[in-house]
Amino acid sequence: MVRPLGFLVGLGFITALVLAIFTTPLKNEPNVAYSFVKHPRHVKLASDGLVPHWDKAQLQRGMQVYKEVCSACHSLNLVAFRNIQDLGYTEGQVKTFAKGFQVPSVNPDTGEVATRDGLPSDHFPAPYANDVAARAANNNAIPPDLSLITKAREGGKDYIYSLLTGYQNPPANLPAELKPGTGLHYNPYFPNLNLAMAKPLADGQVTYADGTKASVDQMAKDVTAFLVWTAEPKLVKRVQVGWAVFFFLLIFTVLAYLSYRNIWADKMH
Amino acid sequence: MASESELNAGIEDGVRRRDFINIAAVSFAGVGAVAVVLPLVNQMNPSADVLALSTTEIDISAIQPGQAIKTSWRKQPVFVRNLVEKEIAEAKAVPLSDLRDPQTIDERTKPGKENWLITLGVCTHLGCVPLGAAEGENKGDFGGYFCPCHGSHYDTAARIRKGPAPTNLVVPPYEFTSDTVVTIG
Amino acid sequence: MSFPWAKPYEPKHPLMKWMDEKLPIPRLVYNATGPGYPVPRNLNYFWNFGVLAGAALMIQIITGIVLAMHYAANTGVAFNSVEHIMRDVNAGWFIRYAHMNGASMFFIVVYLHIFRGLYYGSYKAPREMVWLLGVVIFLLMMATAFMGYVLPWGQMSFWGAQVITGFFSAIPLVGEPVRQWLLGGFVPDNATLNRFFSLHYLLPFVILGVIILHIWALHIPGSNNPTGIEVKDEQDTVPFHPYYTAKDGFGLGVFLLVFVALTFFSPNMLGHADNYIPANSLSTPAHIVPEWYFLPFYAILKAFTFNFLWIDAKLWGVIAMFASIALLFFLPWLDSSPVKSSTYRPLYRIFFWVLVADVLLLGWCGMQPAEQPWVILSQLGAIYYFAHFLVILPIVSRIERPLPMPNSITEAVLAKHAPDAASGPAAA
Repeated sequence: MVRPLGFLVGLGFITALVLAIFTTPLKNEPNVAYSFVKHPRHVKLASDGLVPHWDKAQLQRGMQVYKEVCSACHSLNLVAFRNIQDLGYTEGQVKTFAKGFQVPSVNPDTGEVATRDGLPSDHFPAPYANDVAARAANNNAIPPDLSLITKAREGGKDYIYSLLTGYQNPPANLPAELKPGTGLHYNPYFPNLNLAMAKPLADGQVTYADGTKASVDQMAKDVTAFLVWTAEPKLVKRVQVGWAVFFFLLIFTVLAYLSYRNIWADKMH
Repeated sequence: MASESELNAGIEDGVRRRDFINIAAVSFAGVGAVAVVLPLVNQMNPSADVLALSTTEIDISAIQPGQAIKTSWRKQPVFVRNLVEKEIAEAKAVPLSDLRDPQTIDERTKPGKENWLITLGVCTHLGCVPLGAAEGENKGDFGGYFCPCHGSHYDTAARIRKGPAPTNLVVPPYEFTSDTVVTIG
Repeated sequence: MSFPWAKPYEPKHPLMKWMDEKLPIPRLVYNATGPGYPVPRNLNYFWNFGVLAGAALMIQIITGIVLAMHYAANTGVAFNSVEHIMRDVNAGWFIRYAHMNGASMFFIVVYLHIFRGLYYGSYKAPREMVWLLGVVIFLLMMATAFMGYVLPWGQMSFWGAQVITGFFSAIPLVGEPVRQWLLGGFVPDNATLNRFFSLHYLLPFVILGVIILHIWALHIPGSNNPTGIEVKDEQDTVPFHPYYTAKDGFGLGVFLLVFVALTFFSPNMLGHADNYIPANSLSTPAHIVPEWYFLPFYAILKAFTFNFLWIDAKLWGVIAMFASIALLFFLPWLDSSPVKSSTYRPLYRIFFWVLVADVLLLGWCGMQPAEQPWVILSQLGAIYYFAHFLVILPIVSRIERPLPMPNSITEAVLAKHAPDAASGPAAA
């Protein structure tokens, strides 16, 4: 019974699929935008690969770019001031840095909304009180939180770096419907080609304490490195622990193999 | 048909060669298992964000002599008490040999600030919050704190005098950042 | 069990004797995975994957219990509680990444386990019940994995829940009410997240229970083997311990090496970037794709694009997707060939490898956008999938002429080691 019934059911599915094949057009709708989107450019960072480390000087510069440029619109909700000790700051420096921020609080006497000096246990304060305010201030586009941005975008760090350095004039052959509208800016690394964020970086926009020349490319690299750290502060530790575990297991596996051969030595199989 | 000896060739008198290999492999597995247990146990320790909430600043300017306030540090209650001369004298009058957990009041306060008694509000018996910090509460037989759970009495220096608690109320690490502000932790 | 030469359990120590009288767990273990379980001596490395699947389940249960100590199943805080685990909890990043990639490792070994069963005919009599319970485990795994993926409450979590529960709305008349009942609302929301967390915690223990039945059912006829010939006498077998415990120990080492490489060196390789964006019910990601282990079934779902008979394309897709798994329940009766192992089935062997390629193709198509040539490839792939099980297999099992088979496992082993039958025992 199973076989004849199965045969009929199978025939039903196959007929439906054959009809589907003949009714589906074989040619795709042409999508012009695809041909203008560029693949992200590769950026090499110290935290890449199988022997990563944090380039602390670069991370510090990147944080400066975030603080002086990005933080005007973008939050960094998941990062606490205490975390930046990872970037090579002392506890005292962290305290001073935190004090430089005003974080939301409540007036202890009146209960009214107020602000107070930041503490190391506080997180970076958000530039807008809520999404509505963020939307209203940015031409209806909410600037995304940057804490996880290098993990939350296809292409990761390469995408962020390419986007920051990729602003350009629209090419002459760009069809009219793909031209940036008002309040939009052309960037071929952005999947929709036009995004609400204006070119954020210009040469010399920040002054680095270590004397590094603040070119757009340099700042983009630095802030990308910083955002790789914010997305996964445990990245370097993860790979280092990984090697220790891997080599331990390698030895175990070799021993287990020898033991297996040893136990089976007398058994033909 | 094959005989058993044909299939099980290569072994004499049943003694295995290189048994140490098996022992080594099993030992490695054991060490690995223990190594994996460590992070699985350690994850239950306080996490980084909990540890970061370790300092609290308290403004003590509004506490009148004889009064006390209840505040919190690491989510535990903290008693800040402005002692009057009489209370300090009472505490000093007790001979150390009478105490279950001998400590002088000077050891429990900061020099020059003997009137400020800052302790955790956690009974050292089983962790209840003693009474006596707020106006009108039972201060116990010795004018300090009284734990209602099992009847521990603390004196004006928050030292255990009667009842089941084994030790004095704990003095947390703190310092005066100014005359009116105390930082605990 | 059913082998008269199985070593009997004989406790020596008085304490073990006492235990054996009161609660004979040591006896149970001895007879199930110890020296008391005779196993064919000729199993190859493909027989490692059952034990590895069990190991993967244990890893998932242990890491999962630990994660549940820190995770909060509330839409307001779920996403941040996962990041709290990644950033602040001691070794939290390790435990979370292990759980995340452990799911993938579980599916990898289970798929290899299933295809081993298909190749060597392990689903056939007398092991139909082992196979049926295995399919139940597979279904439970898929449900558990799906609900687990919703818990971080990222964009893929939310939209995955939206799309998968959307399958049910294809059912005529009751579809929409059933979907709302599953979600506890009109879109995935707090009620959904809470019930998924509850079930995600429960189901692994149900899986564990069914695995015990799976092993129980296996121990009645004993393990299959690469020749597909049933065990005839003692020299066909070796005791499970130490022979297969040693082999499984080595297998476990290799499994863990792959697992560790994935977890520590490339933990997000099999995930999706969109799941690091908090769930947003007002904005769909450009490209919704399920986890890799669902891709072949997702491709079958998408392959149906035509309203055929009185059933619309969406319902066809959903029925076909469920049918593609449900037909596995009938496999022992669809294939009527008495020969189990593909080693002796020249025709079936060809179709087996076509099926492997077909499932890989479907998986690849499942990942692609709804564009040509992926649509037609997934349609062709789905045709072959159904044809393989429902049309080809019953016919092949009738017309195929199996190759000559050895009389016993022992004979096969001896033939392998001494191609020249005249020569004596080969040095092992």
